[in-house]
Amino acid sequence: MAETADTAAEQEEVLTDQDIVTGAKEPSLKPADVKAPELTGDIQIPHLVKGAMAKSKCHAAKPETMEAMGFPGRLVDNWEEAAVKKLGELLTKYKSLQVYLDICVRCGSCTDKCQFFLGSKDPKNMPVARADLLRKVYKKYFTTEGKIFGSLAGAAKLDLELLGEWYTYFHQCSQCRRCSVFCPYGIDTAEISMAAREIMDSIGIGQKYVNTVLVKLHEIGNNLGMNPKALKATMESTEEDIQEEDGVAVKLPVDQVGAEVLLITPSADFFATPHIESLIGYAKVFHQAGISWTLSSTASEAGNFGMFIGSYEHMQKAAMRIRKAIEELKPKRLIVGECGHAWRIAYAFWNTMIGPLDNSLGLKLEYPRPQHICEYTLDLVERGAIKLDKSANDDVIPTFHDSCNVARATRMGDRPGGQFEIPRALINAACNRYVEMDSDTIKEKTFCCGGGGGLLSDEILDVRVQGAMPRMQAYHAIKEENGANFFALICAICKAQFTKVFPKYGIPMIEVGGIHQLVAKAIELGAKE
Amino acid sequence: MSGLTIFFVIYAYVAIAVFILGFLYRIWKFGKTPAPLKIDQTPAPTSDGGVVGRMILEVGVFKSLLKSNRIIWLFGYMFHIGLFLALLKHFRFFFAYGPGWIAYITTFEIYAGLIMLFGLIMLFVLRLVVDRTAFISVMNDYLLLILLAAIASSGLIIKHFSRTNLTTVKEFILGIVSFNPQEMPSEVMFIIHISLVFLLFIYFPFSKLMHSGGVFFSPTRNQVDNPRDRRWVNPWGKAPENIEIASNMTQDEG
Repeated sequence: MAETADTAAEQEEVLTDQDIVTGAKEPSLKPADVKAPELTGDIQIPHLVKGAMAKSKCHAAKPETMEAMGFPGRLVDNWEEAAVKKLGELLTKYKSLQVYLDICVRCGSCTDKCQFFLGSKDPKNMPVARADLLRKVYKKYFTTEGKIFGSLAGAAKLDLELLGEWYTYFHQCSQCRRCSVFCPYGIDTAEISMAAREIMDSIGIGQKYVNTVLVKLHEIGNNLGMNPKALKATMESTEEDIQEEDGVAVKLPVDQVGAEVLLITPSADFFATPHIESLIGYAKVFHQAGISWTLSSTASEAGNFGMFIGSYEHMQKAAMRIRKAIEELKPKRLIVGECGHAWRIAYAFWNTMIGPLDNSLGLKLEYPRPQHICEYTLDLVERGAIKLDKSANDDVIPTFHDSCNVARATRMGDRPGGQFEIPRALINAACNRYVEMDSDTIKEKTFCCGGGGGLLSDEILDVRVQGAMPRMQAYHAIKEENGANFFALICAICKAQFTKVFPKYGIPMIEVGGIHQLVAKAIELGAKE
Repeated sequence: MSGLTIFFVIYAYVAIAVFILGFLYRIWKFGKTPAPLKIDQTPAPTSDGGVVGRMILEVGVFKSLLKSNRIIWLFGYMFHIGLFLALLKHFRFFFAYGPGWIAYITTFEIYAGLIMLFGLIMLFVLRLVVDRTAFISVMNDYLLLILLAAIASSGLIIKHFSRTNLTTVKEFILGIVSFNPQEMPSEVMFIIHISLVFLLFIYFPFSKLMHSGGVFFSPTRNQVDNPRDRRWVNPWGKAPENIEIASNMTQDEG
């Protein structure tokens, strides 16, 4: 006992402000120790357990990473002043931030909607409580009400403790926007958490996982740091695998100037399991449709973690690689692979940041710019340009998990809600036995996988496992009820997250896969009639 | 003019000025802040008309709240609809000869006040007894509900229990709005009622009550879902031509 106390005292002496905020000297989480909640099929609203997740902090980025991103290497000395100044700047740039910090009435509508609250019971994971961490500071420094009434109005000085809470709880938000659906004013906690992360980066405390990935993306062109040579070699060996398996020479072209289609897909598709099965699916679809297509070795990433840290500049810089690839490879069409946040950025932001995406870049106006791979494939199926043999998937009883960003921030097709209908129609075209999860957990009410928004890092596996709880309950229920055994996804992060957390809940990770994995199995290759 | 009248005339003009100027300033600020990106929460309307429809449902029936929590919706809606009807009936104090529809509205005035008060009391209770809302509530959330409930109660008392002469009330209010101040009625309940109303006017632009104007500026609700068809321009964004690209951005590698 005495020894432990001494060690604690010693540690306290050397703790810097940065250590306190980021919990750098706290013992690290052992992923193997993380236990999943019990599966009952029910999603219960828990009673509050204050501080339950206070110690679950993600690792802080190293000084060299921060500096490579153009941020201060470590927590700056005048951090309070600098943070308030940055907040003031963001308030003049983002209507969302200004309006959402002002108009919340704390009605409580969102309090039981966040998967991280439902899973962790920590009240600061309730969307309004999370946003209030920033709102407090806004009130204190920027509003008359906060200056006069102080804490009676919920205003608070930004001190070390509060900054530590920012670091903890703004990294327990996956920016999935489920709370926004249920807010009477549409207050979007993603916008608030993005702003908070941007402020934290600007004063020198960034998150390691996201910033490290972004440095690789900026330097090499994808999140994995896979260079063009390695990418080409991987694609060639994948071609050989397909040849061996199906006896068909399906190509995975890289850097083909003048190909009809440029495919931008998350780099996890190039090698990770089950992601690569979907990549093979896209390749087979293009092959069978007889359309020329290409990947780009320098724009080899659809993902763009710039969004997660709220940085317009980094998001735009990363997206510029894609514009550059369009200019050099001169495709007529732009198609995006299975990835949630990437589809949001492609669908909603590309045209603003790297556009106009039109004939000035050589893109054909008759196609959606960009187009989702599910839109593209379903169109081919409906026109009869490719044939799917549903019976090939008869061993599979799939259900579909709407990815948060696809469901609530984008569309597919021409009609609102196409982002729900098109993936389901495609699964139904490839399988006979589709089943649907509870209606409160799908479509616009879908739960996040628990790993989005930059949380896909193992030191916060406890957050991820708890965040996955509502989705796992719904999947468990449909398994019990209808024997579902395939969890169909259209997001690289969802795939990585569920492959990791399924085993924690006692479900085999083999059940996780992409929609185009099902397409790959069902597609009839060979001569067309 | 009595000292009471002089005080209340000044109080009235200060309160009205703070309310109008403060409200307009806040709205101007919401309006001028740029929205750099399309962040509409989908499924969203694909046309301007659709957005108007979405807003009408949000403001008229609190659609998102209804989807979320029927209890909060019920009491919240009771309060707002009660307030709305009570406000309408107050219009009769602003016209020397009121239009006929106001007389019609006044037939449900008792219900309006009671519905509003009941909604407020239940919102207060909910805030207190549900552990989640108790956790997020700050003192001003409770004080505001108390202020509104006090306004509603004093109004109901004036109408149904006190002997306030409504003709003198009307003369006072018409005097204020026509810049020709008249004697302030000296009935206690009326003094309480109007003092609290003016206090609310003054607090309004500084408070979360700005949700009333702010909701129309919420980008997740007021944007059209058409980013592929029409390019959304960020007023402060750099043009793509001016973005620095990393050094290895070339297709032919060694």
